[in-house]
Order: sequence, then structure tokens, then C-alpha cells
Amino acid sequence: MTVNQVAQTGLPSKSKSFSMFLWRAREYYPYYLMLLPAFLGLILFSYYPMYGIIAAFQKYNPLLGFANSPWVGWANFERVFARPDFWQIFRNTLFISLGKIIFGQLFAILFALLLAEVRFLTFRRLVQSLTYLPYFLSWLVFGGIMVDLLDLNGLVNNFLQAIGLQRVLFLGTPSIFPWTMIATDTLKGFGYGAIVYLAALTAIDPSLHEAASVDGANRFQRMWHVTLPGIAPTIIIMFTLSLGWVLSAGFEQILVMYNPIVYKTGDIIDTFVYRTGLLGFQYSLATAVGLFKSVVGFVLIIIAMIAARRFANYRII
Amino acid sequence: MIEDRSFGAKLFNLCNYLFLTVVSLMCLLPLVHVAARSFSDRAANTSNIVVLWPLNFTALNYFQLLVADNQFIQSMGISITRTLLGTLLYLFVIVLTAYPLSKRKGFPGRDIFKYLLIFSMLFSGGLIPTYLAVRSLGLVDTIGALIFPGMVQAFYIIVMINFFRGIPEELSEAAIIDGASQWSILFRIYLPLSLPAIATLLLFCSVDHWNSWFDGLIYMTKTANYPLQTYLQSRIISSDFTRLMNPLLARQLSEKGLRSAQIILTTLPILIVYPFVQRYFVTGLTLGSIKG
Repeated sequence: MTVNQVAQTGLPSKSKSFSMFLWRAREYYPYYLMLLPAFLGLILFSYYPMYGIIAAFQKYNPLLGFANSPWVGWANFERVFARPDFWQIFRNTLFISLGKIIFGQLFAILFALLLAEVRFLTFRRLVQSLTYLPYFLSWLVFGGIMVDLLDLNGLVNNFLQAIGLQRVLFLGTPSIFPWTMIATDTLKGFGYGAIVYLAALTAIDPSLHEAASVDGANRFQRMWHVTLPGIAPTIIIMFTLSLGWVLSAGFEQILVMYNPIVYKTGDIIDTFVYRTGLLGFQYSLATAVGLFKSVVGFVLIIIAMIAARRFANYRII
Repeated sequence: MIEDRSFGAKLFNLCNYLFLTVVSLMCLLPLVHVAARSFSDRAANTSNIVVLWPLNFTALNYFQLLVADNQFIQSMGISITRTLLGTLLYLFVIVLTAYPLSKRKGFPGRDIFKYLLIFSMLFSGGLIPTYLAVRSLGLVDTIGALIFPGMVQAFYIIVMINFFRGIPEELSEAAIIDGASQWSILFRIYLPLSLPAIATLLLFCSVDHWNSWFDGLIYMTKTANYPLQTYLQSRIISSDFTRLMNPLLARQLSEKGLRSAQIILTTLPILIVYPFVQRYFVTGLTLGSIKG
């Protein structure tokens, strides 16, 4: 009997029998086999490392391993939270992250709105091609280019001097460094970030625009009364989801572009974990900070997802 | 659409085109500047007078990297290998994993697996525990460290699941009646129908691999094992760029010029391929979980 025949004739009265289970399992074997690689990958590289979180509660010694390192409970966390520089780092992370979210998304929205006003298709496609490009460069390459351009004697400063302004140490002045990070990240990501908004713009019913122009609305009035409300759900979703990841402020970018002079304002949670943990071998401390970030981040993401679903009816899966 | 031909509209259009042009140039010109520097000689580079065109054209920077510096070529080989192997592995896992999870009818354990997958996206052990785990698996200083840790790309798997869900289930039901196994359904029906999605994910995975440098940095103990971008990073931060160089050649080169050439060479594959595959990148994002 094939599975289909069984389904059609109805289950035999001994339906909970072992042979029934075997029929079912026979259908499912391929599924389990297909899921096996991912299952192994998840176990080995997502869940097995989580065991290492235990180091946050120990005075971890690589020679002793997890099993034999002394247990210190919350001591690592108490030490970390007592450090003034930790809270500074926390503030830096939030500042840079929120700055990127706000400016980045605003600029992407503005760019999408303006690009949509272009009627000349070839020009529009050309602009899109050029502005997407930086997204696909690594931060090492793009950051390296920016470091060169923003150098004291680099192109940007030469230009500033040519128009009569003072030279600026973009990457060496603590007060300016976060803004440099926000600006370069916006430059790298606005083109790609605009895709979502461009898609949302095309989803707005054109007859709404027509009705508005017939009623005498000019371009800006249309933007305010038709376009913006039309993409408002998308904006809310993008902002909300970005907030879930607010504790990740751009590790690779900052690692490539920062230096000790700007640690005060430029050091973020991830760079701190990297330096103290992998370079400074303070495994327990770094794991504790990492765990803090993971847990708080997890809570934020869940809140963000619930909020997105509630306010904009958006489901992830 | 009633077109507005007033003076205000024309002015707006002009400003708009101007703005968009400036913004596009801001994305392009930095690359042009670096390329120009890479072809300029030591004198021009150290006096910072290069703008958008090479001054005193020289190919010595590239000579140093491609001919004289063995490590550069070796690292490029490592990057190429990991990109090929890694992309294949990622796609293999993505397709295999997405298929069972896209089926409307569930099976025992499906929901558990789904939650495992999603949870792994939202919570991680952190940098140190992951590093220690990979080290304990003996992957340090092997190409495995660059390929295996990221093999479950949850986001791309979800993209694929959504794509598979768009394929009518009647096709697989008909195939089952004809006696096909799930494997043949996957490979003979779903795969050919998913080529656009697979092409897009192939590109994204390749770019992810080519651009990744941090894993090379933490999992490789010897410079000889560095992939290309990690090697680039080590040269950018090292203060003595003339180390291991022929002294005669070193005197002709400048630090900025050499770095510029490194940057251009490292990102060249992406720059070359980009114009041709650019539309796949655009459709890729809208293929994903964001639906109206």
C-alpha cells in the first residue's frame, strides 16, 4: 500500500501501531536527512559555543578549561559594571548606533523619494548602480579608502582648505569620530537601504497620486499627503527592527577606522570585547560583557519584533 | 499623469538631478581617487597632490604586489579557495534545509528545528565562546575555520523557504503519485524552478566570503594562512611597509601608493563582476521576507 492509498482508505483501527509510525517515518526520512547538515552546523557552531558562556561566571583559565576553572558567580559582572569606562562604552555604542539608524534611514528615505521623481530611466538606473556599489565593498576596503580620504593631508581636508576652512582631524578627534562613523556608514549603506523604500513607493496606488494632482496638489503636497503616509508602515518596520540590533554599532567598521586616541567616544561593546578578550586574554571579563550584550540584545529584538507585528502588521516568518 | 511644466517644477528637477549626481559621484570618486594613487609614483603620493588622475604613471606598486610579494598571491589563492568551497557549502545547506521547512504539511520535529534556527539568529554565545569552540574543534589554521562556522546562514535559509513556498505543492504531489522520492522532487523540480533565487544567493554568499577578513584574523595564527582581506588588514596597520621588500624597489614605492594598489586589487573581482550581476543584488533583497 502506498501512503496515498492508506490515506484514502482511512486508518486501520490499530492506528497507533508501530507499523503506522514506520509508514510515517518512511515518508519523513528524507526530510531528516536533509536537515542533518544544518542541524550539525547549528549544534557545533551556534549551540556548542553557548556552553562557553559559563566562562562569564568563572575565572576562566585556558589551561584548566571550563570544567576546572574556579567559579566566581556574578563577580565578573560586578567588576565590569563598576568600571566607569564600561558605561562610557555602552553610551558610545548607543550614540553611534542610534545616529546611524536615524541619519542612515532618513537619508535613505530622502534619496528614495528624490530618485522616484526622476523620469529619465537611464539616469535613474545609473544612479542606482553607483549608489549600491559601496554596500558590496568590505569595510576593510571602504574603510581603508575613507581613512585615506579623511587623512589630515587627504582629499577632503585639501578641499576644505581650498574653500577657506580649517583642516579637520576626522578620525583623530574624539568629539568628531562618532559623526565620521555615522557619515561613512550612511554613505556606504544608503543606496542599498533605499531599495526597500523604493519598493514601498512603487506599491502606492498611482490613482491616489492622480487624485491628489487633480485636486491641485503640487509635488510637495503630494509627498506629504500621499507618499509619506503610503510608506509609513515600511518606515516604522525598518526603524523598529533596527532598534532591535541597536547594541551592534558596526564592529568591522570601527575596528578598521578607530585608534587609541578616540577610544573615549569610539570604543563600542564589540571592540571592547575583542580587545580585552582576544588581545588581552581576559576571557572571563570579555565573555561576561558579551553575554550582557547578547541577552539585552535578545530582549530588544523580541520587543522590536512584537512591536513591528503589532503596529505595522509585519511578520518575520 | 499630468506633468507639471511650471518653472518651479523645472527648478526642482534641476536641483534634484544635481543632488543625485553629486551623491552618486560621492560613491564613485573615492574609488577613482584610490585607483589614481595606486598608479602614481612615490613623489606624487607623499606630497598628496593626486586627485583623480595618476601623476607620473607607474605600475611599480602592482609589480611589488603581484610579482615580488609572494604572500599577496598566496593570500589571494586562499581567498579564492574559501570563496568557492564556502559558497558551495552555504548553498548546499541553504537548499537542503529550506526544502523540508517549506512544506505546508509538517512532520515531527519541524517546529523544534525552526525554533532552533530562529533562536540562533537572535542569540549567540558571543565572540569569545565562539572562538574557543572553533579552536576546540581543531579548525584553527585550517581552511575549515573560514568555511564551517557560518555554514548555517539562517537569513538566507528563510529567503529560500519563502521562495520554495511560492512553488505550487501540486507539482510535488503529482510527482509523489508518479513514485518520485523527496530527493528527486527537490533536485528535479524545485531546483530548476529556483534558479533566480539560487543565483542571487550565490552572489550574496560569494561576496560575503570574499569580503570577510575578521575570521581570518582570529582563526589564523600565521600570516601565511591569511585570506586576502586579512592580509590587507595586516599591511594597513603595520607601520613598516618596507619589511620583506627588495630595498631597491622599496625606495621607489610609497606607503600610500602601495596601500592603494592593495585596496584596488583586493576589491577588483567585485568591481569587475558588479555591473553584470547588479540586478540580481537588487532583486535579492525583495525576494526576502519583506512582503507588502
